[in-house]
Amino acid sequence: MIKQIDTTSENNSLDRVDGRVKVTGTATYSAEYSFANLVHAVLITSTIAKGHITQIDSKEAETISGVLAIVSHLNSPGVPGYGTAKQPPERAGMGTSFRVFYDSLIYFSGQPIAMVLAETLEQANYAASLVKVTYHIEKHQTNFEENLSKAYISPGVLRNKNSPFQDYIRGDRDALDKSKFKIEATYTIPTQHHQPMEPHAIIAVWEAADKLTVYDKNQGVKSAQGNLAQAFKIPRENVKVNAQFIGGAFGSGIRVWPHTVAAVLAAKMLNRPVKLVLGRELMFSSVGYRPYTVQKVSMGADSDGLLTAIVHEGIGQTSSYEEHLERTILASRVMYDCPNVSTKYRLLSLDANTPTWMRGPGDASGMFALECALDELAFDLKIDPLTMRLRNYANHDLERNLPWSAKGLKECYELGAEKFGWKNRSHEVRSMRKDGMLIGYGMASSLYGFHRHPSKARVVMLANGTVIVQSATMDIGPGTGTAMTSIAARVLGISPDKIRFELGDSSLPDAPGQNGSSTIPSVGAAVHVACEALKKKLTELGDAMPGSDTASYADILKFHKLPELEVTEESRSGPERDQYSMYSFGCHFVEVHVSLVTGETRVKRVVTCADVGKIINYKTARSQSIGGVVGGIGMALMEESVMDHRYGRYVTSDFASYHIPVHSDIPQIDVLYVDKADTLANPIGAKGLGEIAIVGVAAAVANAVFHATGKRIRSLPINVEKLI
Amino acid sequence: MADEHGNVPQYPDENFFGNLLEDRRLFLKQTMAIAGLTLTPISFLKATGQEEDELPVGDEEKVQLTIQINGKRRKLSVDPRTTTLDLLREKLLLTGTKKGCDFGQCGACTIFIDGQRLLSCLSLAVMQHGKKITTIEGLHQGESLHPMQEAFVKHDSFQCGYCTPGQIMSAVSCIREGCAGSEDEIRSYMSGNLCRCGAYPNIVSAILDVKSSGQKV
Repeated sequence: MIKQIDTTSENNSLDRVDGRVKVTGTATYSAEYSFANLVHAVLITSTIAKGHITQIDSKEAETISGVLAIVSHLNSPGVPGYGTAKQPPERAGMGTSFRVFYDSLIYFSGQPIAMVLAETLEQANYAASLVKVTYHIEKHQTNFEENLSKAYISPGVLRNKNSPFQDYIRGDRDALDKSKFKIEATYTIPTQHHQPMEPHAIIAVWEAADKLTVYDKNQGVKSAQGNLAQAFKIPRENVKVNAQFIGGAFGSGIRVWPHTVAAVLAAKMLNRPVKLVLGRELMFSSVGYRPYTVQKVSMGADSDGLLTAIVHEGIGQTSSYEEHLERTILASRVMYDCPNVSTKYRLLSLDANTPTWMRGPGDASGMFALECALDELAFDLKIDPLTMRLRNYANHDLERNLPWSAKGLKECYELGAEKFGWKNRSHEVRSMRKDGMLIGYGMASSLYGFHRHPSKARVVMLANGTVIVQSATMDIGPGTGTAMTSIAARVLGISPDKIRFELGDSSLPDAPGQNGSSTIPSVGAAVHVACEALKKKLTELGDAMPGSDTASYADILKFHKLPELEVTEESRSGPERDQYSMYSFGCHFVEVHVSLVTGETRVKRVVTCADVGKIINYKTARSQSIGGVVGGIGMALMEESVMDHRYGRYVTSDFASYHIPVHSDIPQIDVLYVDKADTLANPIGAKGLGEIAIVGVAAAVANAVFHATGKRIRSLPINVEKLI
Repeated sequence: MADEHGNVPQYPDENFFGNLLEDRRLFLKQTMAIAGLTLTPISFLKATGQEEDELPVGDEEKVQLTIQINGKRRKLSVDPRTTTLDLLREKLLLTGTKKGCDFGQCGACTIFIDGQRLLSCLSLAVMQHGKKITTIEGLHQGESLHPMQEAFVKHDSFQCGYCTPGQIMSAVSCIREGCAGSEDEIRSYMSGNLCRCGAYPNIVSAILDVKSSGQKV
């Protein structure tokens, strides 16, 4: 009675299970729930970068019809969980460590300092424009390059001997000096913003004095639930976080930000539902960003191109009130077969809001530097960049001295190079031309760590044989429900249209937030084992009835007079996690055309290939890979948050000035997978895809631009000014 | 006002859309009377000793409108500051039309006004009096999807889905306006509709598919 369901190939993968509601406009995002007595909130934010508020004059604003209250530190009833200690510069966690409306201190421009609450959005907006704030201004520091000498080792890292951000040295510390050939270069990545199309939004509803429901844009309903319970000192189970549909996030929704707490606070004050939607401008100062990063990479090799030394030093931006650390320099320890490696990681505090994880956090930045540096060395040695990578292929993890659980990077190189036609590349720069354009071929490798967290899934089979699968996981866009439906269909052998997957609700079984490419490895595994358990139960029940060979699941339930059958299972990593080194690997091949006259760079062709274990649903996986490449093209060619340091404020505060790729910037993109199960990683043999999809793309573009033009642009984005 | 399903009481105003001009005059009379209160020239205010920022813009001053939305005639009373987008999302609960930037830079709020594309965040609701609005919710009839909606599902032309309604409205216009002749022409035409998930190649594929199928859009 079990049918074989296979959704892993191009021809038979599932359409998105929520496709219909998304194309008809009926999917409900956080700001779109309706309440009869809804209050609209508009934030007022600091126009200075450092100092304190001396006065907030809201008299006039309060006279505006419909205005219910204007909240600031002057009248805030306070957030019970904030405590009274001075804002400590501690490592940025998942929590709500920046305290909104707490005191008069200003840490960054764009900091929420007051909030207007009114009956309508128009009233709230108008009243907000009438609030006058005066400040005592202190001199701020927002210029990364000017403050490089102030970079420091995080005290938290120094205290923790096991921190990966401690200075690292492997092998011979003088190896670089002894190397026959070497290069040294500095790579700069500017601040870049996630800017999902849906602005962050929340509707906060206090159902009772100690019972809160929020409809909030975030990437983890369970962590948001915990954070809000802690902030408002109410039992965790009294907080319900709902996030059914998320209009993109890319990391901006991993933490609970101050605006979320502000809306909950306001709803408590008024005892009415409060809706707060960030405007696009506030999306630049409210929900984090990819930190400004300067990296120095030195690399040594022998005349055959075998690496003899890698020295990778990175400095990343953080804020004055929190420390954000990311993996920037870590990839250099594992990516290649190099015996002598050292890394250093430093932070630089500026008077800006705290950065956060953005797609491919750390690795997208670090692999830009590493993969460009390797390209530079290969060019100097007159070795093909792909050959250079194959010669230095790491057959095990040299950092932890462990075997890989699986590594199909060689297959990626082969598949990608074949599809792309890499063999047609000539080694010399400016050597390929067509129609007045310089043509460049570039490539880069990618990797991303494997993250699997304990996860639960509940599977309920109803009397009619349909199945509901539940887990408090999320879908910020990759198609979580579709992938989970596919897993459940395969295990249970029933048609996907008989399965409904429920997510985005903190009352469902525990699951991690959607970050670090952990959803498929963690929740996918939980859904798999829960469905296996259900199937086992059904098989046992079936064996205990006559005619079990032809009985359907519905027949089995009917025979046993069961209205439904339910199992909940948890799945977590086993001992393999410590016995093997687990990563996703991949590579990208890019063709760019650069105008000889204007320097305009167009990406004409991309082949991206990944080994992420077993592909669960080809159609949605392919879209995720394409999305990563598009993000990487933005990172390489256009994305840059520019600050006016006189005011410590972004001048790129909308889509007219902060450029993300548009239709015209993106060609068709070929996506290839090795598609072999990594059976040591988890029961479904699948690793995450979202993050690795962007890692290395910017390097592949930069390397292609170098091949086209002979110009090595080490500071992103590679715009026209840098090429002419 | 709208009930929880976004339905607004219907008014028997059968002649309205067939008799646009006459009604438009009536509309102008009504709005001018109200505008007299709210939009008094600044020079006049100064002459009477009033400050510019003392303009009365309270909730009392509502403008009466009649708009046909997705085939339904609706009589509405709106704050003159309300944008067409906010009217749809906040008052009529037609939240399929998305607010991505509120500055006409992302295309997520694209709707049809009398069949023409419009960024609903860049127009005021009062400007739509007597007009016919089509939103994403009104693009398909009953259970069957519009061919472009079908194609978006088939080609997986979205991930998070937030830009999708705007992309679909523009995609329909792209074919209607004869700009879907090639991939490059489509890319150029569609470049005002941003997608951060990067679904662009699949959107282009969907448009090409619908165009080549010859279906009426």
